[in-house]
Amino acid sequence: MQIPFTVAPRPDTGVNNAKLGVWLFLASEVMLFGGLFSAYIFLRIGAPEWPGMVGGHAYERASDILNVPLATLNTMVLIGSSVTMVMSWASLAMQRFDRYRLYMGATIALGFVFLVVKAFEYGEKFSHGYLPAENNFLAIYFVLTGLHGLHVIGGILVNMYFMWPGARMWKTDPKRFTNRIEIAGLYWHFVDLVWIFLFPTIYLL
Amino acid sequence: MSDTGHSIEEIKKHVRVYMFVFASLAVLTVVTVVVGYLELPFAPALIVALLIATVKAGLVAAYFMHLVSEEQIVRWLVWLSLGLLLAMFLILSVYYVDQGGTEIFGF
Amino acid sequence: MADHAAVPEGHHGEDGHHESFWRKYIFSTDHKVIGIQYGITSLLFLLFGFSLVMLMRWQLAYPGQPVPLIGWLFSDDTMPGGVMLPEFYNQLGAMHGTIMVFLGIVPLAVGAFGNYVVPLQIGAPDMAFPKLNMASYWVFFVGGVIMLGSFFVPAGAAKAGWTSYAPLSVIESMGQTMWLISMVFLITSSLLGAVNFLTTIVQLRADGMGFMQMPFFVWAQFITSFLLLLAFPPLEAAAVLQLSDRLLDTSFFMPSGLVVSGEVVDVAGGGSPLLWQHLFWFLAHPEVYVLVLPAMGIVAEIIANNARKPLKGYKVLVYSLVFLGFMSFIVWAHHMFITGMGQVMSTFFQTTTMIISIPSVIILTALFLSLWGGSIRFTTPMLFALGFLPMFGIGGLTGLPLGLAATDIPLHDTYYVIGHFHYVVAPGTILALMGGIYYWFPKMTGRTMNDTLGKIHFWGTLVSMNFIFFPMLIQGLAGVSRRLYDGGQIYAHAQDVLVYNEVMSIAAWVLFVFQIPFIVNLLVSMKKGKAAADNHWNATTLEWSAAPSPPVGHGNFRDLPTVYRDPYEYSHPDHDEDYWPQDVPPAEASEN
Repeated sequence: MQIPFTVAPRPDTGVNNAKLGVWLFLASEVMLFGGLFSAYIFLRIGAPEWPGMVGGHAYERASDILNVPLATLNTMVLIGSSVTMVMSWASLAMQRFDRYRLYMGATIALGFVFLVVKAFEYGEKFSHGYLPAENNFLAIYFVLTGLHGLHVIGGILVNMYFMWPGARMWKTDPKRFTNRIEIAGLYWHFVDLVWIFLFPTIYLL
Repeated sequence: MSDTGHSIEEIKKHVRVYMFVFASLAVLTVVTVVVGYLELPFAPALIVALLIATVKAGLVAAYFMHLVSEEQIVRWLVWLSLGLLLAMFLILSVYYVDQGGTEIFGF
Repeated sequence: MADHAAVPEGHHGEDGHHESFWRKYIFSTDHKVIGIQYGITSLLFLLFGFSLVMLMRWQLAYPGQPVPLIGWLFSDDTMPGGVMLPEFYNQLGAMHGTIMVFLGIVPLAVGAFGNYVVPLQIGAPDMAFPKLNMASYWVFFVGGVIMLGSFFVPAGAAKAGWTSYAPLSVIESMGQTMWLISMVFLITSSLLGAVNFLTTIVQLRADGMGFMQMPFFVWAQFITSFLLLLAFPPLEAAAVLQLSDRLLDTSFFMPSGLVVSGEVVDVAGGGSPLLWQHLFWFLAHPEVYVLVLPAMGIVAEIIANNARKPLKGYKVLVYSLVFLGFMSFIVWAHHMFITGMGQVMSTFFQTTTMIISIPSVIILTALFLSLWGGSIRFTTPMLFALGFLPMFGIGGLTGLPLGLAATDIPLHDTYYVIGHFHYVVAPGTILALMGGIYYWFPKMTGRTMNDTLGKIHFWGTLVSMNFIFFPMLIQGLAGVSRRLYDGGQIYAHAQDVLVYNEVMSIAAWVLFVFQIPFIVNLLVSMKKGKAAADNHWNATTLEWSAAPSPPVGHGNFRDLPTVYRDPYEYSHPDHDEDYWPQDVPPAEASEN
């Protein structure tokens, strides 16, 4: 039994199943992070001060508590990884599997760099005793960046699959493999996109 | 982007666009951070930050995620979810103000 | 059409013949098997959820008296000496709601019927992502096991109601954590399912089947899937936030200065209990339509088939459905009028709520009008479909006072609300789902269910359900609160209507008795039912006309069908038979 339109696009919709599927998934992810951002807006409007009391000291700006230089670095890392991701797809579209390996490897490496920086950032907070229970600002910070971090981990796992075991498909069905990288890329760019909003709204405002 | 296959030339053109988008994103990130250090009052700071973030997100979605050349059905889906998201944000914000006349973000 | 039954040997040889038992029945990727898995699991959960409420009804009718016959089965933590403790009553209430909604009706309406019928009705060999489909079922299964398991943790299952309002839910015992984890699984399962349904319906429709040639049931599943896809994630977000409140001691939903048992709770505070309600109802109002739309779809199929004429106003039905889907995202706060909403918002939500009733009325009216002038066959599924119409009507109309703040505020915490939404979901949706079982049983098994038992089941269910839910409306109008462990005994204003407690309870147990013929019928007919023809109901839609009963193994059709006409061409003047299937080519028709 063969499911139609797994590789070739359906003529009247112009997309194949996997691409439509991943976009539907991303639409639901928009609502997931939308729910979290709504919670943030709701709590922040209701808060008399923001970020408020942390460690017995009243702060006026989030950037006084959080490490903006590290977060800026992480923003650059994630944007860079998005570029290498799209380049890995472009390499496959240009039939350059060797370059695909290179770019995909870079994407995975940058993903790990992001996580390491993040872990360092968290460690710094923990060492000051700034835990999620401290106040709602830190709670929002940890839950939103934590959930985003889980998405990064998920993306890295997907990318590692396509870097090694999944890459065998290049030999048997290169067109389908190229589609798969494009789709993995859509997810990865979305994770980047969420961070683009998380960074200013949590760290800078 | 339809899967009818791309010529190598086309892809090379794409790649130049990607590099340009990358540079813009990097510049915009720096701008956001610099504006952050200016310590503007809340309302203008919010507007600037959201504006820049929206432009950046738009660049990523349009070029890296190929929305600029994507099929109608996908674009519809994106608008649908963004519409619902905005409705949710808007209703929740107005809800609070309406309840007790709380000022929103100093507006 | 009979030759469809003869499946050529070796047709599905590569994927059908040498599958092990595990691949074929347990970890199957065939949408039909997964649909049946969903069906069996959800029917068991429905029975279980019903059993919980039968226990509760004893306490409400005879407060403080030991439960007869089965009281001794329970531990001293729940029912010492057979007398129910208030804490256990709360567990039963919370779990009844949760199980019925998330583990019973949604998986039956969407997981079972959607999975089994949608690919067949659109002429697809399977769902677009068969492995994802299997994953969706097993994630659901794990969620269900965790939910059931929560009864056995210290202090028992969740006690904060199916809505899990904060801050009560945050300070609850461990059962609530299990509830949240289970919900994360159930939501994930629904999301996987929704992605799969939407992709399947958009991408895998047979040749010639445009969106306006889709059977109404497929449309209903399509809109339902959109609701699941876009409304469930905010609840997932809310569940994550509540988990963090419970496990990391954050205060998303914990206000400052909260006092529990005379002591100030040691949290940072500054959170908002209303935030939970917003996020919860952002899901849960669309969820109401997730419960109702598939039922409407089933009823539309059955009515068109048994009235032997096309659905009245198919396009209007479809547009109403789409509009209903959109609107359901912006009415949620009508569940929250008593939270002290400002005027602008309450006006907004009252207006949207009144507007959303319009498409529901259009759908119901169109279904009624479809009966006009038809030569109606009163088959068992048709009885259930006909039962749905007035029952859903009562449910909808009793909802109107709840959509207006002035009338909602006195009614909100009374039995009136319970009566209202049970009319929508129980005699409404459940009747339709039962009808769906009788309607598609021949398709699934190749055998028919017994008609006499079916009719006993129908009349018993219809009558006893009304004796359960109508008195609730009366009690509610008298002002009886819906959260009383003793059914209102201590309140003077409740005395006049207390007599109904016993009536409702007896009706609930009678309802159970009338489910026995159904259970027997279902089990016996699987093995011993009369053999059914491929197109048992002389229907026009593809699942009946193009596939044998039961359909061939993995792949459904011998050749993928082509669609030539609209879905409900019954009694067409240009055709001799009173049904003209979608896949019969026009040329062949002239030979008839």
